[in-house]
Amino acid sequence: MAKIELTRNRFIKNLLMNRYPQLAVFFVMLVGYIFAIHAGLIGTPVGSHNFSIVFVWIAWWAILILIAVPFFGRGWCAVCPIPLPAEWLQRGAVLAPPEKKPRWLNLRWPKALRNIWLQNISFLLLALFSSVLLTTPNITGIALAVMLFGAIGLSTIFERRAFCRYLCPVGGFIGIYAQTAPIELRIKDKQVCASCVGKPCYNGSAAGYGCPWDVFPGGLTKNTYCGLCMECIRTCPHDNIAVNLRPFSADLAKPSTRMDEAFKAFIMFGSAMIYAGVLLGPWGALKDAAYNVGTGAWFVYAAVFLAIIFGILPGAFSLGLLKGNNNIPFRQRFASLSTALIPLGLMFWVAFSLSFVMTNASYIMAALSDPLGLGWNLFGTANMAWQPMLTTLLAPAQTLALVGGLIWSARTAQKAANEVRVSSIPLIGYCFAATAFMLWLLL
Amino acid sequence: MKRSELISRLLIITGILLTIGAPLYLWKSTPLIHAQMSEEGGWTPDTIKAEVGEPLHLQFTSDDVMHGFAVGQLDMESVDIEPGKVADVTLTFEKPGIYTFFCTRWCGVNHWRMRGTIEVTGTSSAGEDLPLDIPLYVSLGLDIDAPHESPVVPEMQPSAVHGRTRAENLDLANLIEPALYKASSPYQIFQQLDSTALLETEEWDVVAYIWQTNTTPESLANGRELYAQNCAACHGESGAGDGVFADDMAAAGKASMESMNSSIESMMQTPANFTDPKRVLGARPAILQGKILRGGMGTGMPMWGSIFTEEQIWDLVAYLYSFQFEYEE
Repeated sequence: MAKIELTRNRFIKNLLMNRYPQLAVFFVMLVGYIFAIHAGLIGTPVGSHNFSIVFVWIAWWAILILIAVPFFGRGWCAVCPIPLPAEWLQRGAVLAPPEKKPRWLNLRWPKALRNIWLQNISFLLLALFSSVLLTTPNITGIALAVMLFGAIGLSTIFERRAFCRYLCPVGGFIGIYAQTAPIELRIKDKQVCASCVGKPCYNGSAAGYGCPWDVFPGGLTKNTYCGLCMECIRTCPHDNIAVNLRPFSADLAKPSTRMDEAFKAFIMFGSAMIYAGVLLGPWGALKDAAYNVGTGAWFVYAAVFLAIIFGILPGAFSLGLLKGNNNIPFRQRFASLSTALIPLGLMFWVAFSLSFVMTNASYIMAALSDPLGLGWNLFGTANMAWQPMLTTLLAPAQTLALVGGLIWSARTAQKAANEVRVSSIPLIGYCFAATAFMLWLLL
Repeated sequence: MKRSELISRLLIITGILLTIGAPLYLWKSTPLIHAQMSEEGGWTPDTIKAEVGEPLHLQFTSDDVMHGFAVGQLDMESVDIEPGKVADVTLTFEKPGIYTFFCTRWCGVNHWRMRGTIEVTGTSSAGEDLPLDIPLYVSLGLDIDAPHESPVVPEMQPSAVHGRTRAENLDLANLIEPALYKASSPYQIFQQLDSTALLETEEWDVVAYIWQTNTTPESLANGRELYAQNCAACHGESGAGDGVFADDMAAAGKASMESMNSSIESMMQTPANFTDPKRVLGARPAILQGKILRGGMGTGMPMWGSIFTEEQIWDLVAYLYSFQFEYEE
């Protein structure tokens, strides 16, 4: 299927080239983010009425997982406020051209950590504490502040956006799921990049900053590590950067062979199922164990959580790979085939999120009118009662997402299995079993 | 520095400062009274100051579960305080003094500990203060903590209806005296009826009748309502000492006794059982009134003297005997 180059449209091109529209969005996002930290720390401790909980974990999460990631890939990263103060301080400027000499240490990120394992760990840390994090405003406020200041701290030691690239707990999964999105930033002509002198897209120029994500756009083949910050569009002297509309899951045709990314797929796939069980299931003891951080029950929960993600799920998955009697190393087969879990994992998250977003969306209106729980009624919606929305559509929508995800991942599995010359049937069976389990959990 | 850079920086810094400053200012200028379960701190603040005749505007919010607000001795509707929302109330005090406010929703096992005070200063706008009444149990010299079991209990529930018929042939004039009623236990009156020719069950019926003549259907209804709101959480709706918090209180009492290395176990925290005839028929109304007024020292029984009016306590006392006596509808 053909790609459509969106940047051919003058309006879109100018919108992306110009710094002010992006800066305006950044401003709103940053103010909102700081307000969320603030609301978490000083607002009502009742989560369902606190701006930080309602806007971060209901509104933002809904937009992220139901719209931003499936349709725009790293579109969220393009407007995320977390790295902004860090980046501005690192550059010593908001708009001005980069300084010749770096202001801070500007070290290269350690080679051994140039992967997403730290992101895998940071996501798991949040995941293990999520029952508390998602319901306690001051913990949410602290977590948001830690990310903001963590990004600032890292930007003074390491070059570019080390936080986004290597530590952000959500950046990791947005990256692997962005491969399925119908939007991409790519170069138009390889030859132009090869002969380009100075590579300003990577090194920066008077027109803009070198790639904050430490990516050379000329080598981009997948969306995973491109943050869509649009800096290269501004710096490319040859107008060789395009934003394209493309078929869904285009990047998955070339399966990754990296273990960090393979395990990211397992972490997301597994935690969607565990979350569905803990947060939406009827098991009170399980909820208690997940909530009472630090107790014996919680340690058991955490151990089981990690065992499922690092043992049971990859273990059962590997069984289907043992037979492949060929000379492609097991690791490569494992990593390639895990690609099939990416569309399915994304759709698991869509189905799971639909459930709690539709159930709790009515809190958004109330929190908007009284964000700090001080008895305000800014928009007259403060007393709107809690009311689950579109309940009749929920089960059909979830079923559609899960079955669609299964078909999508079966097609991905066939392609990936061909690449590494193994049978796709065990893998499709594995996806089928997981989907059936998820359907049972959700419906 | 270029102008665009300067303006951007100024805008961003102003935006950040406003986002931090404005909510902080608004938050500080909205002094909310936070309600939390007692274990988490109860009322914050728990002391409020007010002036006689000046309207006192209070805003409450709950940080955990549903609570309620009411001020003792004051004729007011209690106000519900929902989690994360703000409830408003405006009070005007006519007399100076220290008022007790309390939670009116069964929020947790220590619900009854959730209290605070309003210190009202100024001069009374409602005439001279009356001198404080000395509680009856004090003027009678009664030890309300001493055991007061009735050695004899009726075989069946005494009935005021039957008692009325039996009483027709008796001269009860001096037994129906309110002062005697307040100072005597049903058992003591039962003993005084020994001189009559009645059977024991008939005597108990007459006692029930005497108790009924000392109250009114309105008082009993009022007592029932107060009991349901304030007492049933521990003493149980049926009066059997089996309210929703009874088990938790027994557990808490046991733990605290054990931590004091005492051999007395959960007894101290067990709510009184009003369906036990020994206990109720041996209790003088003055003793029950004293217990409600003062509370049970060292037990979970709260002090209600600062919350209920004298009349409300007597209504409650009258209602407590209805767990033993069958009154007319």
